[in-house]
Amino acid sequence: MTDTLVKPDLSVLATPPPAPPRRRRIFRWFRGIHTLVFLLPLLVSFIVFSWIPIGRAVVMSFQKTNLITTQFVGIENFERVLSDPLLGTAVVNTLWFALLALLFGYPLPLITAVLMSEVKRAKGLFSALAYLPVVVPPVVAVLLWKFFYDASPTGVFNEILGYVGLGPFPWLQDAASAMPALVVEATWASAGGTIIIYLAALTSVAPELYDAAEVDGASIWKKIWHVTLPQLRGVLLITFILQIIGTAQVFLEPYLFTGGGPANSTITVLLLIYQYAFQNSLGGDYGSATALSIMLAVVLGLLTAVYFRLTKGWSS
Amino acid sequence: MKSIRTAAALTAVGALALGALTACATEPAVDPNAPVTLKVAIDAGLEQGAIDAFDARVDQFEDKYPNISVERQEYNWTGTTFAAELAGGTIPDVFTVPFTDGRGLIERGQLADISGIVADLPYAEEFNPNVALAGEDAEGNMWAVPIAAYGQGLHYNRALFEAAGLDPDSPPTTWDEVREAAKAIADETDAAGYAQMTSSNTGGWILTTLDYALGGRLEEVDGEEATSTIDTPEVAEALGLLHDMRWDDNSMGSNFLYDWGTINQDFAAGRIGMYVSGGGNYGSLVTQNAMNPDDYGVTVLPLADGGDAGVLGGGTLAAVSAKADAATQAAAVKWIDFYYIEKLTDKAAAQADAKALFDADAPVGAPTLPVFDKALYDENLTWVDEYINVPVEQMTPYTDNIFSQPLIPEPTKSTQEIYALLDPVVQAVLTDKNADIEKLLAEAQASAQAIIDRG
Repeated sequence: MTDTLVKPDLSVLATPPPAPPRRRRIFRWFRGIHTLVFLLPLLVSFIVFSWIPIGRAVVMSFQKTNLITTQFVGIENFERVLSDPLLGTAVVNTLWFALLALLFGYPLPLITAVLMSEVKRAKGLFSALAYLPVVVPPVVAVLLWKFFYDASPTGVFNEILGYVGLGPFPWLQDAASAMPALVVEATWASAGGTIIIYLAALTSVAPELYDAAEVDGASIWKKIWHVTLPQLRGVLLITFILQIIGTAQVFLEPYLFTGGGPANSTITVLLLIYQYAFQNSLGGDYGSATALSIMLAVVLGLLTAVYFRLTKGWSS
Repeated sequence: MKSIRTAAALTAVGALALGALTACATEPAVDPNAPVTLKVAIDAGLEQGAIDAFDARVDQFEDKYPNISVERQEYNWTGTTFAAELAGGTIPDVFTVPFTDGRGLIERGQLADISGIVADLPYAEEFNPNVALAGEDAEGNMWAVPIAAYGQGLHYNRALFEAAGLDPDSPPTTWDEVREAAKAIADETDAAGYAQMTSSNTGGWILTTLDYALGGRLEEVDGEEATSTIDTPEVAEALGLLHDMRWDDNSMGSNFLYDWGTINQDFAAGRIGMYVSGGGNYGSLVTQNAMNPDDYGVTVLPLADGGDAGVLGGGTLAAVSAKADAATQAAAVKWIDFYYIEKLTDKAAAQADAKALFDADAPVGAPTLPVFDKALYDENLTWVDEYINVPVEQMTPYTDNIFSQPLIPEPTKSTQEIYALLDPVVQAVLTDKNADIEKLLAEAQASAQAIIDRG
């Protein structure tokens, strides 16, 4: 009987392979240049529109400048920002927005996607309807909702709620209800994209798992809890961190709905940055704005790093 | 990352060099006949007739000064983009700025110091002193030339007054009467009786207006030192009046986040009975917001008894970009003199300007304040009499009384930042029934003082 187990010839590993002939080396180098040339436009635009401005912002955070006259002031901008009482308010408001968006806006697309995946007919129609708010330009959506949120008894929402006997609400005109009102609109505007992602992810769940759960006598909720959610873990992870990063940078809703009011109850960190740079000082305080931007970027970067570290073992 | 550091370092050096260069630009001894190209601002969105009238004026100017070639550039003052546009060089050499922003721009060196050239103009000493203050630096040199002035007024809707059983020809003359009228309008109609701006720094602006009308001031300035006087009885009284109208009378409607544009919209739409704003708002209300001219009325702000009460003044300055060199600055002052000032002092220029506005269906004769003195102002009105197309009879409560009201300039130190921190104070009073006015004022004063000390 011949020895079918062939011992590998390990001597091959001891010496490096001979260098390819010169022509092939040039060809390989030439192919590398090709890659670089195709990458160049992307690299240039990335450098010019992303990396240089970021570098400029870092430098500006140590300066007092109005773009005409500039002087270096060390960490004075950071001290000024950290001692601003509005910063505390802005951070708390941003966290409050993030929490509300998490409680209300994170489960909603998931539940909707699960429900929609159970529908047998007209799936495309439901997907289109779900995605429609995403297609509406954000500024248009906000201005529309601002009109709906009119606090007088004849405002659209108040009128509709008045039919069922619910009294006129102040919506944006009251410090307690302004932020939740913003979260409702933000969720409406962005849920569609997440729904589509979840719908796609749900198709990857093997139907045999559901059959197995059925055999074990699981109800629909148990099936969702024990089969769907664990299978979707990877996607849920990503959408969670994206939501946190997105809500930490919320600007459009507070800016257009309330301008940070009433009484600073909807001012967020990014709106504060905008006010430093453009509203209060007519361009005299770019230093504080960039200082706060840098600090926000660092915090979000740390948060993301910690998050991925903690959840390293979770995704499949 | 080396390339980024290098890029960043080079940028910083470049910015410093630019700063040094502009500092060198203010040299005297300029040849008055050397050819100069001057970029001047023209309002954006004008009708072709108005643009043609502007070009005709440009031709007259170029005939008078053959060495200056004028290019027009559409530009409307926008505070948020001004610094970036100035740095990028996309601002015309001559442009207009509201009073409220003038002092800040001068302090930050974003305007050219044309005070030497302006001092040579024949009327340099004849400006109304309160009006001229807005364009002057701390030493009293005129860096920007006032070309229009107005005083705050109380605008009211005549139709709503009639609907509420009030006489539109006898508007309120005291703050108590304002409160009663507001309550009547709110009770008899769907509209808000009285509304107030509270956002985008207008909250502080109008609160300061009320403060002045009640005899207070926002700042006490003593040479280089300034003390914030926000926590004073007059400001508390103004906030108390707003609080009572909002919560006791419910006469302020249900929208408390107005800024300048949105309150004009709602007033023009007949949803507000009375509000406080600049006296010359008629143009914006009628041309931009389609208000029915028959419904418009304006009266002076009620002033408290006692010597200190006055009306907050505003207006427009003509300024020169900080990037203009000496020759351009000289040409710019000639343009300011020709285009902006001549229509105030010269009959032919005034009539030509009024005719151009009249033909473009723009309002002529909306109430303003004299930039020089009242006699010249009255004479000017007689020159343009045939072109006046605003309902002046409806404005007599304002025009009959505004000239006897003391005109007070806005606070000079860190104006916009202090207005910004007063916005939430006014919003709190109007949206929170239990707002502690004393606490809000104490905190606001402390923050304002910190801003003044830092600035």
